[in-house]
Amino acid sequence: MKAILTLLAASLLLAKLQAAWAQEETLRLPKSIEAGSAFLIEHSGGGEGTLYIVGPSQVLKRDVKAEGAVYFPARSLYDAGHYNVIFTQASGTKSGSFDVAPISAPDKLSFFANPSRLPIGVKHGITGAVYVFDAYGNLITAPTPVSFELSSPSGGIQKDRATTSIGRAWTEMDSTSQQGSGKFVAQVGELKSERIIRQVPGDPCTLKMNAQQAGQQVQLQTEPVRDCSGNAIPDGTIVTFTETYAGGQSTVDVPLKRDVAEVKLPLHSGAKFTVASGVVLGNQIGWQK
Amino acid sequence: MKKGGLLALSLAIATVALIVIGCVWPVQAALPFIIQKPLLTSSSTPEAAVQVLGQEIQAHNWAKAYEAFANKAQFTEPEFELDLTGYTTNLRTYSTLDHFKAWPLHASADEADIRLELDWATVVGTSVMTRDLHVVRTGDHWNVNWPLTKQPIVPPQVIPVNYLRWDVIYRGAGDDWGAQDVNAPSVRIIDMHPVQRADGVVVMGELLNDDVVPAYVSMSAILQAKDKSPIAKEEAFDKISHVLLPKQITPFLIQFPDVRLSQVDSIDMKPFSILVPASADPVIAIDNEKFNPSPNASLTGQLINQSGQVVNVAHVLGTLYDKSGQLVWVVDQYVDSALLPQTPVAFNIQIPDDIAKKVSTERTVVATFSFGGLL
Repeated sequence: MKAILTLLAASLLLAKLQAAWAQEETLRLPKSIEAGSAFLIEHSGGGEGTLYIVGPSQVLKRDVKAEGAVYFPARSLYDAGHYNVIFTQASGTKSGSFDVAPISAPDKLSFFANPSRLPIGVKHGITGAVYVFDAYGNLITAPTPVSFELSSPSGGIQKDRATTSIGRAWTEMDSTSQQGSGKFVAQVGELKSERIIRQVPGDPCTLKMNAQQAGQQVQLQTEPVRDCSGNAIPDGTIVTFTETYAGGQSTVDVPLKRDVAEVKLPLHSGAKFTVASGVVLGNQIGWQK
Repeated sequence: MKKGGLLALSLAIATVALIVIGCVWPVQAALPFIIQKPLLTSSSTPEAAVQVLGQEIQAHNWAKAYEAFANKAQFTEPEFELDLTGYTTNLRTYSTLDHFKAWPLHASADEADIRLELDWATVVGTSVMTRDLHVVRTGDHWNVNWPLTKQPIVPPQVIPVNYLRWDVIYRGAGDDWGAQDVNAPSVRIIDMHPVQRADGVVVMGELLNDDVVPAYVSMSAILQAKDKSPIAKEEAFDKISHVLLPKQITPFLIQFPDVRLSQVDSIDMKPFSILVPASADPVIAIDNEKFNPSPNASLTGQLINQSGQVVNVAHVLGTLYDKSGQLVWVVDQYVDSALLPQTPVAFNIQIPDDIAKKVSTERTVVATFSFGGLL
C-alpha cells in the first residue's frame, strides 16, 4: 500500500513538472525589441487561441490558428515601454512580457530656450533644455552628447556641451552687452533645433531733449535715446512730454522713431517742459519767451 | 386632447394679456425699444415743446422731431440725427436714450431758453449730453430751435504715419510639444495704495510696461485677512488702460465694495500681461489739461488726435497726486464722440470734493479704440 502511494505521489509530481515545462515551451518571447522593428512570438503545444499584447499606449490582438510563430511586421509596436503578452486558449491562459526600447538614433529634439527676450548683460540669464526623441517620439534615455551654441548679435559665440541624463540635458548662457537677436542652437549629431533669443536694451541711461520755437508752438525733440551700454532704445518706446504752465498742462505720450521722440506743444509763456520714459526722468526746460 | 386644448387656450390668453400689459405699462428699460406714442403731444408751453422733443428722440422718431423745429431750414433731418448719434461711429452710435431732463433757464411771452439733458445708455455706462435750447412761440404753440453742432471738417490732406506696428507670431495649435512660444511682456507695479472710502476699500496704483513689446494688461487684487484667507477678489475692469506700449504707464483702480480696510492684513496684487499685436499710432495729445479745484472739482482738457486715423472711442484716465507725489485717486471718462484728425475734443471728469482738496498734480493718459484697427 505504501509503495502504491509513493508511486502515485511521484507520478503527480512528474505530471506537475511536465506541465510547467510545457507552459514555458508554449510561449517564447523576445526579451527586448527596438521600437518599430519586426518581431516573432512563438508558441507550441497548443491549438487555436488569441494572442494579446498590451503596452502603455498600444494593444495588439492576433487570432492564432495553429502551433508555430506569430510574425509582427515592422512598425507594429513603436511606443517604448513594458508590454504584457497574454495567450488565451480553451485549455488555459499563458502570459509573459517584454520591453520595447527607443531607437538609439535621435530623430527629433525638443528644445526649450528661456526667456525668448531678456535685457542685455544678464549672467546666466538664458537657459536651454533639450529632450532627445527617436523617430517614434520616444524619449531616448541612453546618454547622448548634446552641444549648445548661442551666437550673439555682435558675432561672438558661446558654446557648451552636455550629455543627456534620462533623456534631457541643459545649459546656461549669458546675454551679451549688445542688443539684437541671437540664435540659440542645440545639436545632437546632425540634428539641430534653433531658437531666437532677443537681447533688448535696458532703461534709457540719459534722456535729454531740446526745445525750439515753431510758430505758435514749441517743438521738443529728444537726443537719440540709448541705454547705459550705448544701445539704442527700441523704436515704439513711449516718451512722455509734459508742458506745465500757469493754470494748466499739456501731455503727450510719443513713441520713439529712429531713436528720437519729437512733438509740438502749444507755446505758453513761463512754461516748463519735462520729459520721461517709464520711470526714467529726463531734463527740464523753462520757456520764458 | 381636451385638456391639451384647454392648456393651449390658457397659454394663448396669458401671452396676449402679458403683451398688452407690457405695451400699456412698459418697464423703463424697455421704453426705447417700443414704438410708443409720445406721452405729451401738445406744445402749448416751452417746457411741453421740449418734453415732446425728448420723447421723440427717445423713440428715435427723428422725422417727427425734425418737423417741429423752428429752424429746420438750417439743416437736414439726417444732419439732426447724426448730430445726436455721431457723424463718425462712436460710443453713442450704439446707445439709446435712457432718460432726459429739462429745466427752464429764461422765459418771456414769445421765447424761452430751456436746458435739455439727455442721458444716453452706452456699453460703458451713462453718457450725458446737454443742449441749451431756444424755444420760440409760433401762434398757439412753441417750437424748438435745435442748436446743431456741425460736423468738424478735416481739410483734405495727407498725414504721413510711419509709426511702429508690432505683429506677433504665436506658437500654432499644431506645434509639437517643446515648440517654444514668445514670453509675455514684463510689467511692473510702480505704485500701490489702498484707501478706505465710504462704500468700501479702493486699491489704486500704477503699472508700467517694463518691456520692449506692447502688452495687454489687466490687474486684480485679493484682500487677505491675518490668517491669509481671502476676503475679496476684484479686478480693475475698465479703470485701467489695457494696452500699454513699451515704457508706458497706466493707473489702475480696484474697488472692493462693503469691505473695511481694518479687516485687511495684506493685499495680493496680480498683474497680468500678454503679448498682443499693436500699433504706436494714433498719438493723442492732451492739451489744456487742468485741475479745477472745489467746488465742483474736475479734470478738464482737450484731446487732439495727432494722427490721420479716426479714433472711434477714447477713454481718458486721470491720475491725481498730492503735494508729496503720493497717488490719491484715479478718475476716468469715456469721450462720447470720435476723435477726428487734428480736431480737439473736450473732456470733463468730475472729482470727489474730499479728494480734490488733496490734489496737487495730475497725469492723464488716453486709451483709444478704432474700428477695424489694431488695439
